[in-house]
Parts: sequence; C-alpha cells; structure tokens
Amino acid sequence: MSHLTLSAINFSWLPILPLATVAAGAMAIMLIGAGVDDEDSASLGVLALITLLAAFVFTIFTLGENSLAFGGSLATDDYAAFFEIVILIATALTVAMSLDYVADEGMAGAEYYSLILFAAFGMMLMAAAGDLIIIFIGLETMSLAVYALAGFLRRDPRSNEAALKYFVLGAFSTGFLLYGIALIYGATGTIGLQPIRAALNNTAAANPLLLLGLGMMLIGFGFKVAAVPFHMWTPDAYEGAPTPVTAFMAVGVKLAAFAGFMRVFMVNLGPVSAQWTMVLWTIAALTMTVGNFAALVQQSLKRMLAYSAIAHAGYLLVAMAAAPRGMAGGAMLYYLIGYAFTNLGAFAIVIALERKGAGGAMLNDFRGLSRSRPGFALAMTLFMLSLMGVPPLAGFVGKFYVFSAALSAHLVWLVIIAALNSAVSVYYYARVIVVMYAQEEAAPAPRLAARPGLLVSVIVAVAGTVLVGLFPQPWLAAANSAYASAVGRSATRVAALR
Amino acid sequence: MGGFWLTALIFVPALGALGVLLQSDDDSVWLPAFIYSLIPLAISLYLFAIFDPSQAGYQFVERYAWIPQFGISYHLGVDGISLFLVILTTLLTTLSILYSGGGDIEMRPREFCFMMLILETGLLGALLAVDLFLFYVFWEVMLVPMYLLIGIWGHGRKIYATFKFVLFTMLGSLLMLVAILYLAGAARAQLGHLTFDLPDLYRVSLSPAESRWLFAGFALAFAIKVPMWPVHTWLPDAHTEAPTAGSVILAGIMLKMGAYGFVRFAIPLFPTVAIEAAPLFLALAVVGIVYGALVAMAQPNLKRLIAYSSVSHLGFVMLGVFAFDPQGLQGAIYQMLNHGVSTGALFLLVGMIYVRRHTFDISEFGGLWKSIPIYGAVFMVVMLSSIGLPGLNGFVGEFLILLGTYLHSERAAWVAVTGVVLGALYMLWTYERVMWGPITKSINSTLKDLTAREIAVMVPLIALMLLMGLYPRPLLDRMEPSVNLLLNRVAAAQVRLDRPRYSTVAALASQARSGRIQ
Repeated sequence: MSHLTLSAINFSWLPILPLATVAAGAMAIMLIGAGVDDEDSASLGVLALITLLAAFVFTIFTLGENSLAFGGSLATDDYAAFFEIVILIATALTVAMSLDYVADEGMAGAEYYSLILFAAFGMMLMAAAGDLIIIFIGLETMSLAVYALAGFLRRDPRSNEAALKYFVLGAFSTGFLLYGIALIYGATGTIGLQPIRAALNNTAAANPLLLLGLGMMLIGFGFKVAAVPFHMWTPDAYEGAPTPVTAFMAVGVKLAAFAGFMRVFMVNLGPVSAQWTMVLWTIAALTMTVGNFAALVQQSLKRMLAYSAIAHAGYLLVAMAAAPRGMAGGAMLYYLIGYAFTNLGAFAIVIALERKGAGGAMLNDFRGLSRSRPGFALAMTLFMLSLMGVPPLAGFVGKFYVFSAALSAHLVWLVIIAALNSAVSVYYYARVIVVMYAQEEAAPAPRLAARPGLLVSVIVAVAGTVLVGLFPQPWLAAANSAYASAVGRSATRVAALR
Repeated sequence: MGGFWLTALIFVPALGALGVLLQSDDDSVWLPAFIYSLIPLAISLYLFAIFDPSQAGYQFVERYAWIPQFGISYHLGVDGISLFLVILTTLLTTLSILYSGGGDIEMRPREFCFMMLILETGLLGALLAVDLFLFYVFWEVMLVPMYLLIGIWGHGRKIYATFKFVLFTMLGSLLMLVAILYLAGAARAQLGHLTFDLPDLYRVSLSPAESRWLFAGFALAFAIKVPMWPVHTWLPDAHTEAPTAGSVILAGIMLKMGAYGFVRFAIPLFPTVAIEAAPLFLALAVVGIVYGALVAMAQPNLKRLIAYSSVSHLGFVMLGVFAFDPQGLQGAIYQMLNHGVSTGALFLLVGMIYVRRHTFDISEFGGLWKSIPIYGAVFMVVMLSSIGLPGLNGFVGEFLILLGTYLHSERAAWVAVTGVVLGALYMLWTYERVMWGPITKSINSTLKDLTAREIAVMVPLIALMLLMGLYPRPLLDRMEPSVNLLLNRVAAAQVRLDRPRYSTVAALASQARSGRIQ
C-alpha cells in the first residue's frame, strides 16, 4: 500500500483540460448571463456550444494518453476519452435543441445553460474517475445540476413533482452508493479503483463486508441507470422535466451512470464477477420486461420513451451480465453510441411537436405528421426503427453486438428473453410510425416556426443513427479499444503489483 | 467471375426510391418509378441469359469485407434456386407499379413508389445474400415497407392487420437472430474466427440438442413467413386489408421467402434435424393444404378466399421441400414461381374489380361474363393456372411435388391430392358465382372492361403461365444442379445419422447409396 505523498502527484494540465474547460465555461455563462435577458438566452447557448467544442478538441488530444493523474484519482485513458466525447456530443445536441425552447418557455437562460455544463462536467468526471470518491463527486455534481434542471419549469406542477421525486429518490440512492463505497473501503482498505482490483485478486472474494458493499453500490448505480426495481422515479421525472432536460437525462445521465457502473464493476470488481453477474442477470431480465410492457400502454411520448429507456438499460445489462468475459465491454460502449444518437433525435422530434405550456407531446399529436412535416416523420421513423432494432440502423448493430456478447458467455436464456422483449417493443415503436403515416391529422396543430438549433440536432441524430449502423467498423474499433484501455491498464498494473 | 451485376440489381431500386422521393410533382412519379423498376428486370433477364446451367454453386459472386471484426462480409451470389425468384421479384414489382399507376393508388403516389422500390431492394437483397448477417439485414429491410404499404394504403381494418403482421414476423425474426448469433458463436469456437458466411457455417458441427434448438429458431421465422398452419393467421388479415400491389408482392414473393429460407438456410445448415423433423413438416404441410382449401371454400370475400388458397398452395411447396426428393424439390421451387405468377395475377384481377365496384364480396357479383368478357377470359386462364390444369404452369409444379412426395410418403401424397381436388372445386365454384348466371346487381351490367394498361399488366403473366406450362425445361435445367447439391448435403447427413426410422429417410438413404443422387 503506497502512501500518498505530495511528490507522487504529477500535476499535469492535459488530463483535466477538457473538464476544466467545461467547468470554466459553466461559470463564465453564469457570470455573463447575469446581464443577458431571458429572451436573448440563445446567445448563452451558443457560448455553451463553443465551450463544448473546445472541450471536444482537448479530449481528442488526450486520446492514446493512457495514464493516471493526481495520484491515481483521475484516469486519462481511451475509456474516459470515449465517454467524454459521447457525453460532449450528447450535451451539445441537448443545448442545440434547447436554444429556442428555453427562450419560448421563458426559462432563465444563464442558469439553464450553466447547469447543463455543470452536469456535463460531473458526467465527464464519472467517466474519468480513478477512485470511488471521484465517482461519487462526479455523480453528485451531475445529479444536483440535473435535479435543478428537472424542476426548471417553476410554474408547472409536473415539473416540480419531477424534480422532487428525482431529488428524494436520487438522494436516497446516493446514500446507498456512499455506504457501499465505505464498506468496500473497509473490505479492501483502499478507495483507488486499481488497488481495489489488486486487493481482490489477492484476497478471498467471500468477505461479507465486500459483498454488502457490492450490493449497496449495485443499488446506487441501479437507481442512476434506472434498472428495475430501482426505476420508479424515471417515468414521472422524465415526463415532468422540460423536454430537452428529459433528453439529457435519458442520454447524458445514462451514459455517465454506465461509465461509472462499468468501470467499477466490469473492470475493477471484475475479479469477483461471480458474486454479481447472477444478480445482474435477474435485474437485466426484470428491467427489459418491465420497461417494455409498461411502455406498451403509454399515450405520452415522453413517458413511452422513459420506459423505452428503462428497457434499453435492460439490454445493456444483458451485456453487463456477460462481463467480464469476452466482448461485453465493447458491445456496451458501441450500444451507447447508437442509443445516444437515436434517443436524442427522438426527443428532438418530441420537442418540435410540443405545444407551448401543454406539456409533452401525446401520441395523438403525431397523427398525420407524414403530411404536415414529412421530414420530421421520416426522421422519427428512423429513430423508432433504430430503437426497435431494425437493420441497418445503429440500434440494430448495437443489439446484435450485445446479444452476441451475451451468447458467447453462454447466457442463452437471457438472450432469448431479450429477443422476446424486443418483439414486444416493436408494438409501441411501430405504433408511432403507424400513427404518423396511417392516420389523418385531427386538426391542424399550431406549429412553431422553424428552429435552426432543433433542425440541426435532428439532422445530426439522423446522420449518427444511420452511419453508426451502416458503417459500424470504426465505431466498433473505437469502442473495443476504449474498453481495452480501461481493462488493459488495470490488468498490467495489477500484474506489476504482484 | 465477379462483376457488379448483383449489386446493381439490389441498389438500382433503392436509388430509384430516392429519386422518386426527390420528385417535386406528386402525379408524375409513376413513369420514373416504372423505369426504375424496369432496369432491375432487364438485369435479371440478362443474368438468366448468361447463367451457366451446368454449375451448382453460386454465380456472379461478389464478396467484400463489411464488418471485419464480426467476420461479416458483403457476399452475394445467385444459384439455380434463387435465380428464378429474383426474376419473379423484378417482374412482379414492375407489373405492380404499372398496375397501381392506373388509378388503384391515388393517395400519396410518391411515398407508394418509394416503398415499392425499397421493398424490391429488400427482397432482392434477401434472395442474393450468402452471408447470414446480410440476409438478416435485408430480411428486416423488406418487412418495414410492407408494414407501411398495408398501414397506409390498406382497406378496412388496416391498422389491426398491420400490427398482426408486424408482431408475427418480428417475433419470428428476432428468435432467428438469436439462432444466427449462436451459430456464429459456435463457428468461432470451432473455426477460430467469427463468421456469418454460409459456406463457412456449413462446416460447423453442433451437438444434436444445439442443432434442434437452432433449427427451431430458423424454422419458426420461416414457417411464419410461408405461412404454415398453424402460424398462418396473420396472412388472411394482411392480404385482405393490403392494397392490390401489396397483396401481389406479399403473396407473389414475400411468402416464398419463407420456403426459400428453409431451402437455403434451415435445411442445409441443420440437415440432420431437418430429416428428423420431416414427418412433422410433412404433416403440417398436408394439414395446411386441406385446411386452406376448406376454409377458402367458405369465404364470402374474394381476397380472403385467395389468401386462404395461398395457405393451401404454400402447403404444396412445403410438401415438396420436405420430401427431400429431387423431383419434389424442383417441383416445390417451380410451384413457388407458379404461385407467384398465378396468385399475383389473381390479386391483380381482384384489385381491378375492386377499383370498379369497391367491394370484395362474392355475393355482389354474378354474370360478369356478360358485361366484361375480356376480364372474364383473363380470369378464366388465371384460375385454370391456379387450379393446375395440364398445359398451364400450375400443373407442372403440383405434378412434380406429388410425384416426389409419393415416392417417399404415400399417405402424405394421398391427402395432398384431395387438396388439388378441393382447389379445383372452390376456384370453379367461385368463378361460377362471379362470372356466370344472370346479372343480379344492375350496376354490374354497366362495368367497363379492362383498360389497355390492365391488359398490358396481365399479358406477361398469362404468357408466363403458358410458357411455364408447356416448356418447363429451361427452368428445370437451371435448377437441377443446385437442387442436387442441396440434396447431397441432406443425403450425407442421413448417412451420418444412419437411423432409417422414417420411410422418407430410408428411401433417401437408399437413393444416396444407389447413386441416384450424385
């Protein structure tokens, strides 16, 4: 056990440059925003986009770095860079689709955009965490910002409800996580992720402290990725929150939660995977089934997408239950890229159809969309088909990779459950398409004027959904090498410690 | 011999679909769509001309790595089994677009042409793919436009029909996907690399239990598509509510994809299980033949009647497939083409009368012969072809199937023959009720006879019925090597199995030993 000395901290700027950029941007927006009218908040959004672009460029520079910084508490590996890039893209798309929404709804722009950036900062921190405390700090930074964002429509009782539910249950789950961290520290004597892996290799896995800690952390992460039975907050929080925030929750929060979840469990608790894969098997089966069946009866698109997000967390957990053997890690990373583009696109369409002050779009609002807005209808069709898992879109290749990863770990029954679940999901995704194409518009709905930001995010999401599916090879390679960088480094480090 | 013919065949319709979508004027899409569908038809006929009948394997092969990490390649090829289905696809798509432009589809013609051309891409891709992953991709691609064709341009309970179709087919597809993945995983364990290439997958050996489960996964997807009794219930709804062109493609080609899937994938990949399961499938096929015919007889709705007759006809196809006999299998492939031509023609004829009367009820008609004689004459030829009158195409297929089946399972052949009789019965009876007798509804006496465009649609089909009925040699010659290659695989599996428990199997094994199958 090495003691932390000051000289051990090799202070370098590069690893934290992307993080620092986002944090600095968030603070700058808050300061500048004090003098900007809420009606003109789009300019702050543009500032946020510039910040994200800068962070994106800095992240590109950290690719291939593969080192630890700050005495092991921050990992600068391709795994972190991968998640940071996807999180930055997701955040940028969220900001782009918020530009007009925030102004229209009369929301406080400065606070909104800076909170989005703070949340993104927390998400990136989770992806780059090298010890459990950083994971916790990242999670809290992200969560506190998102709690506030969920309740941003102050005069809308549903938004208040969303924020309160999310906050209370979120705080509750954070407690579990923190307790789990404490117990793991008790069992292994360290909070560093790599030392934990090393300790687990050396000691017996049946330590009750460790098992209890594992269980607690599982619950904590389970809440954040919205796995059944810890999903109760999701539909209400997703429905009540402002729609761009819902998109951000469904994609950004999920990405970050999985980034932390995977790093802790698959990489660093990998040596004791026998203790948790069976639990994950059960949770995965439950999550898929509950998510899909609950989604069948939803009339509100936001609620349907909330349950769909639960179901997709289930598919991801299928791969996770196959961990740490084989290709599960790469499969999950790839899946998350497709998931991010597709869901952001779907939520962007929901925003486009939302009427001011009327809450989220209902299924009926999509009637006859193929006539009134054929472009949006076509895009929405692609997103629904991708979520359904129809080739050659991103969702299909993701599902394909996840299923094969699970099969190579001999989880045949789990894959069959997943396939049956996918068949169920076809019903509610196809319903959206049928409503758009086969039903006539009830009454011409008042459409808002063209919104360039929204349009751009839809176009980017369509391009992502199609290209990631049609030409999967570069993305697959990136996902695999990212996961390998996290595992490889841990493994070599462990080997060195022995 | 490589080339780009097959790629051109698949993607010309897709490019055409995009071209149609970008067309500014809604009403002028029919001509470009028709031309876009003519190009693949021309290519497929050219391929027929230069196809080498002596080769059993794939021809015009194209192969490029697509997703090397998973061993997935863009691998296309055509053999004697798929060649004619490809031509059928291109022909029926062209005729459907030609027909639909004549007033059958008035709503959103641009989207309609887009869907038809994308559908053609999916169908051709599924027929030409030699890589299982690629096959699955096209298999799904062809379903989506079909959902929308029924959902948007359908009649009556179209939404219900769409969902039934969607759920049935997707359930089958997803379980097949699991089987495909499992198979590829087994290939990696044995061959050392992940692969979805069909010839590679043939070499994978599996335990009997594994083979059974995987066969079941494939067989369910294909049986739903055929459709075999008892998973046929989506078909009458989908057919009845679909627009005419949708019904033509659905009956003409899409149902064949099920039987084709058995022939191309399920049987050669798992020959031992296919032999074991043959009695079950023969029984289901026979039940389908008789059940389909009996239910068809009771239908008051013309379209539903033809839909059930499809269940019966596809039963014949499955009978021929699972007889594992050269004649039977050739007959089955021949019957797939026959059914595509004659049922496609029947649906077109029903669509033509629907445009005039807006009903499918048989009781609404009667005495049409007097008012629209050309229609009556065309209907007569098509009906006789569907019944299987000697000299027309239906006879050749049914005869070969029954011959092949009789050699191996007399009982199955006997029951199937009753299906032929029942088929003649309900078709003639239907014809009588629609065409002959007095005109009971006055509106029927003022109907307009077939237009020039409608005649142009029917002429190629009727010519094919005659040609295929009188001179089947060019088709059978090209099928034979590929069919024998497939049956050799089955025979070899039978020798491995060496358990002549069933009469089919025993006969087959003796054939293999006596060298009747090289």
